[in-house]
Formats: sequence, C-alpha cells, structure tokens
Amino acid sequence: MNESIRFTFNVDGSNFTTAGQASVQVKKNLRELGIPPEAIRRVSIAMYEGEINMVIHAHGGTAEVIVYEDKIVIVLSDRGPGIPNVELAMKEGYSTAPDNIRSLGFGAGMGLPNMKRYTDDMKIDTEIGVGTTITMTVNF
Amino acid sequence: MTVKELSETPGFKAICLPDPERRIEGGYCGDLLSWVMGRAKASQAWVTIMSNMNIAAVATLCDTAVIVLSEGVQPDSGVAETADSRGINLISTDMPTFEAAAAISKLI
Ligand SMILES: Nc1ncnc2c1ncn2[C@@H]1O[C@H](COP(=O)(O)OP(=O)(O)OP(=O)(O)O)[C@@H](O)[C@H]1O
Ligand SMILES: [Mg+2]
Repeated sequence: MNESIRFTFNVDGSNFTTAGQASVQVKKNLRELGIPPEAIRRVSIAMYEGEINMVIHAHGGTAEVIVYEDKIVIVLSDRGPGIPNVELAMKEGYSTAPDNIRSLGFGAGMGLPNMKRYTDDMKIDTEIGVGTTITMTVNF
Repeated sequence: MTVKELSETPGFKAICLPDPERRIEGGYCGDLLSWVMGRAKASQAWVTIMSNMNIAAVATLCDTAVIVLSEGVQPDSGVAETADSRGINLISTDMPTFEAAAAISKLI
C-alpha cells in the first residue's frame, strides 16, 4: 500500500483574520482519516505557524499536505521576500513582524522554533526575492 | 470540572458554550499566540486578553477546553459566532488574568 492522499490549499495573503483556515481544515480532514490525535495536533500546529508566516511575511502562498501510511508531509511555498538569515530566523524571540501584526498577538518569534519542535524533520529552502519553501514531516 | 460549571461560577460569564460538558484539565495563560501554540496543552483553559479572530484558530489547533477572556475584555465582532460554529467554548470574566487563573486553579 503506497497510496497517498493529498490536500492542497491557496493561502490568501491579504486577510489576517481568516488566516489559519487551511490548517483548521487539515485538522478536520486528518480526523476523518483516523490519524492518531497526537500526530494531528503536531501537524496542524506546525502547519498553522507556517501558514501564518506566509500571510504575515510573504503575501500568502500555497500549502500542500500529503498523507502516507506512516507519515504526513507538509509543503508550504511562497513567493515572498525570502529569509536572509535562516539561522537567525530560527532563534526563539527573533521577529521582524510589524507593530500592527504584533497587536494581534503575533511576533513572539516562536513560529519557526515551534515548527521545528513539533515535526520530525524540517527543511527550509529560501532565496532572497524569489520565495521560501518549507517542508515538514511528522511520523506516526 | 466542566466548562459549564466554570461558566456558572460567580465572576465568570458564558459567551458561547457549544461544548458545555468538556472537561477542564489545567490551564495556560498567555497572549502571544505562537507562545501559546508552543506551550498550551489539550483540554486546558486558556486565559488571555487577546480578543481577535485568530484566537478561534489557536484554540481549535491546540484543542483547548475553553478560552477565558480576562480583564473584562470582550471578543471582537464575529469571534463569538465563529467560536460557536467551531465548537469552541468562550467565557469572559472581569477578573485580572492572575486572579482568573488562581480561581480556575482552585476549582479544578
Ligand atoms: N515565509 C517567510 N517568508 C519570509 N520571511 C519569513 C517567513 N517565515 C518567517 N520569516 C522570517 O522569520 C522570522 C521568524 O519567524 P517566526 O515564525 O519564528 O516568528 P514571527 O512570525 O515573527 O512571530 P510568531 O511566529 O511568534 O508570531 C519572521 O519574523 C520573518 O522575518
Ligand atoms: Mg511566525
């Protein structure tokens, strides 16, 4: 059985209030598939952080979730500004979020660290002026 | 205790309770959303002063038992409706965050 199930989403980069919809939908879909709750929690939280980052820092993008027999792969792609210094961006507390975004509760600089913590593998491909693709894997 | 029981405790008021029998197991206080995403556990009461729409998504993904808006904060327009439709319990209190958390801690 090498069948995989794939969900794809467009992430709207212009609306902070509806941001996170794709992750909420994925949580629902994974529940219906009978994926273990702890894996669902890890996938949906990591994806939410990435989805929000695409909205806040990269004018939106696309999200793809691929469900395999024993793992879930999340691919988040945007054509935003890219991340100049990935090592710095991965540090807890580092954030370039503007004030209007901070007033909504974002900008703690914990998103990328959370994504790393909640997943078994995380890869960041980024190029200045071209965009960022983040691939995360959760095994279960 | 259940979320409904908390909502009936003096000082706390239900805004919407789509899942009233949900049990509260511990709590978490925080307003920085990705901090909450990283630390809050499932079935906790989440005490916060953040009132915008994003709290509904955070509560859904963290699987918190209830959002408790402290310090007399009211939800932004549309938040209660969204929470209700997604099965997220929402309670408000005029108590400061510390006192709200202490009260919840004593009750559970
Ligand atoms: N998709 C992206 N495109 C461009 N820059 C990004 C992207 N994702 C993250 N960054 C950069 O990395 C920094 C750290 O991201 P991280 O998610 O950890 O924190 P944050 O989004 O600023 O705040 P928080 O996630 O705690 O609300 C961001 O402030 C931003 O500068
Ligand atoms: Mg972030």
